[in-house]
Amino acid sequence: MQVNETAKEQFRPVIVAFCCNWCSYAGADLAGSSRLNYPADVKIIRVPCSCRVNPLFILRAFERGADGVILCGCHPGDCHYSTGNYYTRRRMTLLFSMLDYMGIERERTRVEWVSAAEGAKFAATMNDFISTVAKLGENRKLRDLRCKK
Amino acid sequence: MQKIGVFVCWCGSNIAATVDVKAVAEAAKQQPNVVYATDYQYMCSESGQTLIIDAIKEYGLTGVVICSCSPRMHETTFRKAVQKAGLNPYMLEIANIREQCSWIHKDIKEGTEKAIILMTAAVAKVQLNKPLIAGESAVTKRCLVIGGGIAGIQTALDVADAGFEVDIVEKKPTIGGKMAQLDKTFPTLDCAACILTPKMVDAAAHDKITLYTYSEVEAVKGFVGNFTVTIRKKARYVKENLCTGCGICTEKCPMKKQPNEFNMGLDKRGAIYIPFAQAVPKVPVIDPDACIKLKTGKCGICSKFCQVQAIDYTQKDELIEKKYGAIVVATGFNLIKLDKFGELSYGLCPDVVTSLEYERLMNAAGPTKGHLLRPSDGKEPKTIVFVQCVGSRGNSCKEKSYCSKVCCMYTAKHAMLTKDHYPDTDIYVFYIDVRTPGKNFDEFYRRAVEQYGVNYIKGQVGKVYEENGKVMVQGSDLLSNEQVLIPADMVVLATAIEPDESARKLGTMLTASMDTNDFFTEAHAKLRPVESPTAGIFLSGMAQGPKDIPETVSQAGAAAAKVIGLLAKDKLLGNPCVAHSDEMLCNGCSTCANVCPYGAIEYQNKEFRIPGGVETRRIAVVNEAVCQGCGACTVTCPSGAMDLKGFTNRQIMAEVDAICK
Repeated sequence: MQVNETAKEQFRPVIVAFCCNWCSYAGADLAGSSRLNYPADVKIIRVPCSCRVNPLFILRAFERGADGVILCGCHPGDCHYSTGNYYTRRRMTLLFSMLDYMGIERERTRVEWVSAAEGAKFAATMNDFISTVAKLGENRKLRDLRCKK
Repeated sequence: MQKIGVFVCWCGSNIAATVDVKAVAEAAKQQPNVVYATDYQYMCSESGQTLIIDAIKEYGLTGVVICSCSPRMHETTFRKAVQKAGLNPYMLEIANIREQCSWIHKDIKEGTEKAIILMTAAVAKVQLNKPLIAGESAVTKRCLVIGGGIAGIQTALDVADAGFEVDIVEKKPTIGGKMAQLDKTFPTLDCAACILTPKMVDAAAHDKITLYTYSEVEAVKGFVGNFTVTIRKKARYVKENLCTGCGICTEKCPMKKQPNEFNMGLDKRGAIYIPFAQAVPKVPVIDPDACIKLKTGKCGICSKFCQVQAIDYTQKDELIEKKYGAIVVATGFNLIKLDKFGELSYGLCPDVVTSLEYERLMNAAGPTKGHLLRPSDGKEPKTIVFVQCVGSRGNSCKEKSYCSKVCCMYTAKHAMLTKDHYPDTDIYVFYIDVRTPGKNFDEFYRRAVEQYGVNYIKGQVGKVYEENGKVMVQGSDLLSNEQVLIPADMVVLATAIEPDESARKLGTMLTASMDTNDFFTEAHAKLRPVESPTAGIFLSGMAQGPKDIPETVSQAGAAAAKVIGLLAKDKLLGNPCVAHSDEMLCNGCSTCANVCPYGAIEYQNKEFRIPGGVETRRIAVVNEAVCQGCGACTVTCPSGAMDLKGFTNRQIMAEVDAICK
């Protein structure tokens, strides 16, 4: 039991964050330049707009061993491309129901709106998301047998 | 086969303190196709860039990964450097190991591990990068200014002075806008007409400026540098080239029952009218809803008196199509309608007026020739109550949440001007806060309180009603915590400002984004305040948000500078990271065109050779000059034909794989 407990404590989730170039990526940069800490478990992928994120990318991440995926975009109404994040919102709503159906915990995927001015929100969101995913433990459901031992 | 070079920047100690840069460079050497990896103190410096250029030449690199600060900081710098070495600038990827790694992590081991993963992802992506060439498009060297108020006039004058042609489209019969209706302007109390009308004349006389008054924008097509705009020139029923502006037609018109818009409906005008004496152009216009001749075919008095035969009852709306390189939105504002504010008795009691109506009553050219006479009985008011924030700064659905910005100042102005002319008038101002941030603004307000003895009462008005010929104002005085009831002769409402009603329709035509209040949004609140996020659209004046005249004029000048910067270019370089449709996969279903916010996707019928003949199929074609590269279409496409250059499905998947490995 003791061993298991330690193993659980040491579990570091793999988290992929998709950030839109105009708001959230800039928000992440602001979190950096304001020196706001959040765990190193999250790795950011820059996309032009949150609507560039194909739900398949998220499934791919889960397949390849990600424990959580977060998608960040501009606040509704503030999209650099006017309407991109509205598409994101609709697509992700559908993806959430699909992930539910597949038995993947809802808390492993998240959509957040972070503006370029919200460095603090970005850091807080990441801290919260990472601790949520860490509590859930490893994602085994979709793991790709090809790439894990 | 790619040959990739990886360059790890120390950024002094910014990165090197929390990331073992040497370890990152060593790890990079283990990555597939990486032939060179090194670290350096400042990659962005001259010597750092030389290091990159030399390595590209020496090792024949085909792709470059730079592990440094955010691409938002130095992507352009490094792209230029890579280009100097003869490589396509888009064969570069940046791993952000400063803002998103070294600055947020304290542990060196953790930071280094993460930096290595970010580097791996960038290397994985750059393997799939393809050389991209930005398209060029020509620039039409003409600017369209929509709205002929002070904002539009100033922008037009500044652009025209730089030598570019400018067209002003104004929906009213004259340019001048709201400023022409004002009496005096704070904080210097210059008369608005004295400073505005010379500018109106300048605009009309400028050889580079064309005025389209009584005209509206009907349709906008195209993109930055190449807009095609359809302008509807409404029928004036008066030939502009013949009319001398003598005004005899307006005197002789028998239909003098129309509310005069310029005087806020406080007096009447004829069916043929010139909005005001200093109108530019000084050409009358016939109101087709009022003119007896146009309605019944009888009358025609104006044409009988016109000595130059300028009246033409058969005139029709004219559609003009012109090309522009830049468009400036200067559509201005209106006061909100007060029909939902029943408690203030506006519309029920004639002596409750809006601030703009009060401006007209004070104005020497107004309906009362500058004598302050209350509308109900034409007597001089002895007690006037001003109510601030009517419809501004509220929470309810009938109110606007924002501050209209100019009301505090113009109320102080109204109070002082009234006291100047009628020193024995009692003036009360109900306010929530008095906001006077501006040069000489607070001094101005204090003058109203200290020198002129205007009674400022902190509190809101609950009810206004008529009783025994008086307008009773019931409100609360928050400082003395008392209810007050003031029997006034006149009440002036500092009514909230909202964007002109044409703004929403225009925003849709221009695909320019707007906020929830229908104000046009700027590209960046601080750094790009006069540009719309849509390239080639610029913002001037109240269309972007409430502001006073000095601010409007400076914004107008700033917008003009941006327009001149654009029109001075002969060619525009586009963003090459645009969508691309694979014609072999596309089935022409139109799904992508439905989600495209720019109308960048068109359809073509193309012939394909198939075994035993030729087949014609409908396929999507992306107009690369219009596409902004958001990628909405790529996800929507059911056949997987759409992809985004620079952010292809394979590139993003490769990054995902590298991170999750």
